[in-house]
Amino acid sequence: MEDGRTAVTLASAQDVAYAREAAKRAMTEIGASTVRRTKFVTAVSEIARNAVIYGRGGRIVFEIREQGGVRSVVAECSDRGPGIADVAMALTDGYSTGKGLGRGLGGAKRLVDRFEIRSSETTGTVVILESRAR
Amino acid sequence: MAGASGSVPIVTIAGCVVVAIRDDLDDQDILTLQDELVEEVSRRSANGVVIDISSLEIVDTFAGRMLGAMAQMAGMMNARTIVVGMRPAVAMTLVDLGMTLEGVETALNADRAIEAIRAGQA
Repeated sequence: MEDGRTAVTLASAQDVAYAREAAKRAMTEIGASTVRRTKFVTAVSEIARNAVIYGRGGRIVFEIREQGGVRSVVAECSDRGPGIADVAMALTDGYSTGKGLGRGLGGAKRLVDRFEIRSSETTGTVVILESRAR
Repeated sequence: MAGASGSVPIVTIAGCVVVAIRDDLDDQDILTLQDELVEEVSRRSANGVVIDISSLEIVDTFAGRMLGAMAQMAGMMNARTIVVGMRPAVAMTLVDLGMTLEGVETALNADRAIEAIRAGQA
């Protein structure tokens, strides 16, 4: 990750594991605590899995940033899916259109410092996750 | 005894099926492992299943659901499932996810879990 950016293509279950690995490396690089790293990697796992299962695959890009002396990792995950019709509903615990528990999206939001989601029928879904080192 | 998941060895000791989950398993490997565990419980008429997750840096909703399902399936075959070795950061993350793994018993380590299972069957 010399230029601070890593991209992982998301097409299979194995790719979700690669995304977790890349998330872990980035959080380790910025010196995040174990708890922060664990939470971020878990959130990435949920989002990357969603992209593979519901979003017809896509990619996730990790970038290391620094603001006011605090480093953070930003993950931007974009898929090629049909979009989420009701984002607010999708963030509600227990809501699922698939076989999941419906805790993935709302859970991921609670695990990171910043969570953004954009979704439309034409562009698919983009989720941004950010966690600071401390 | 390892299957398609590659090299996750499952051993049965004193009526307990014991497995240590590796960190790099993907969702498909986890489902394969679940099938193998259920098969092993049946084949060995086991009283318990001990799942060591100390190598797992994360347990997300998929892995958490597998642990819960494993406990339910083993329960229907009259076997107890005990999860051991959960890291503190994993426990904190699961609470944030809203996954409290209800119905899944935990123990400090595999020795304690096997003891508990053997005491329970006596």
